[in-house]
Amino acid sequence: MRTAFFLAMRPLVWFILGLSVGNRAHLPRSGPAIVAANHNSHLDILVLLCSMPAQAIAATAPVAAADYFFRTPLRRFVATRIFGILALERTMRRGSEPFGPLLAHLEAGGILIIFPEGTRGAPEEMGALKSGLSKLVREAAVPVTPVYLQGAGRILPKGTRVPLPFTCAMLVGERLAPSADRAAFMAGLSAAFSALKSAAPPLHWH
Amino acid sequence: MSDPLLIGGLAILGVLIAGSVAAIWLPGIRARTATWWVIAALLCAAFALGPVAVAVLFGIISFMALREYVSLAPTRREDRPALFLCYALVPLVYTLIALDLYGIVLVVIPVYAVLALPAVMLLNGRTEGYLAAAGVLYFGLVITVFTLGHAALLMNVPAAEAPAGGAGLLFFLLVVTALNDVFQYIAGRLIGGPKIMPTISPGKTVSGFLGGLLATGALIAVIGPTFTGLGILPIAILALLLPVAGFAGDVTMSAIKRDLGVKDSGKLLPGHGGILDRVDSLTFTAPLMFHVFAFFASTRY
Repeated sequence: MRTAFFLAMRPLVWFILGLSVGNRAHLPRSGPAIVAANHNSHLDILVLLCSMPAQAIAATAPVAAADYFFRTPLRRFVATRIFGILALERTMRRGSEPFGPLLAHLEAGGILIIFPEGTRGAPEEMGALKSGLSKLVREAAVPVTPVYLQGAGRILPKGTRVPLPFTCAMLVGERLAPSADRAAFMAGLSAAFSALKSAAPPLHWH
Repeated sequence: MSDPLLIGGLAILGVLIAGSVAAIWLPGIRARTATWWVIAALLCAAFALGPVAVAVLFGIISFMALREYVSLAPTRREDRPALFLCYALVPLVYTLIALDLYGIVLVVIPVYAVLALPAVMLLNGRTEGYLAAAGVLYFGLVITVFTLGHAALLMNVPAAEAPAGGAGLLFFLLVVTALNDVFQYIAGRLIGGPKIMPTISPGKTVSGFLGGLLATGALIAVIGPTFTGLGILPIAILALLLPVAGFAGDVTMSAIKRDLGVKDSGKLLPGHGGILDRVDSLTFTAPLMFHVFAFFASTRY
């Protein structure tokens, strides 16, 4: 069902959001795998799920903040039933294991979409990468595919309700092997994002 | 569908089939040919359905061209209301075109949008970059909506005025504009020689420009009377000016892309680039074709 929904959304995403994808073939076809993307808009989740290979959509779960997406019953329904979101508690409690469901999803051969900036932040600006991802990668030992998204933050920036049409671009990088060295992994991820960002069309948006 | 259109359509079909056969050995043109098939199928369907369908199709093209333009061009983040206004003008203009309200179409963008846009832009209270932002938006509206709209306006020409109807005029404009690009490219590759605008479009040569001018001029002289019913003088004017306008549209878009630091205006059309890369020549040839025809038509409209 979710596969059919996101495949049906593909022409709409092409027409309404003007999405072009660079190096789509780098996206994982099967799990366990992690897709790490920068985050500027709610549209990011839609764009990523629509762009995944058809056979991978059903196994793909975006990881998002529980406090935001589970605030109202409607949000919870849309988030879990349509987008297949796995909720992550942003506030750590003693003894809690926030990564439990994520690790279980990966062990079952799933794919996770993770936004390592942790929040949408200022439109079309990349925030600092949080190192929680490196902890997850170390525990699960799965490869990470970096994806740079541009433009969705202009269409529907944080704080607006009506989308304004702009084209958007998605650039997929080559997968990064898992590493136990937290600093080295984060440096590699940052470098990958910088390289993708420099290949994206220039934004003249002041 | 009248006869010239049927023969012309079959000729295009033949070219597309030849292209697809050639693509078996030339992988480089595969994506480009596939996209041409989609473009031809959409246009064919719109022609068959009539003027309203053509207005809808060109409205969609204008929307995507405008979106590509405002995505590339410098915009201020506070100008969301002005951008919404630009987008709202697309369905408005094409509705007026479909209703054949030519007199209003002519003033909506060149008069009222040029007044309304800077007024709406005052809402954000920011004067820094105000004039430049207003100019950028207005130029985009003119080339992506106003001039392209003239292509759809051709569909409203009364049947008595053109031997193959408005559809024949639009078909003629599209074929001549597209082939002019092709002729200029082929002539430039075959003959070579000095470059015509090395700082703007390094691939273009004087020989390509002149070769395209001759070939397109000859094409207009041969098929022009059949599709437009125009006499010798207007056909001569079109033969001389349409290839020049197509070239000007092409290099104008090249200059804009170079200024903004991109090679293609987008990636939405596989093998072609963006929408603006495809319609660049047409933004210049469409109004020219329309006005030459309207001026020399036997009744004024």
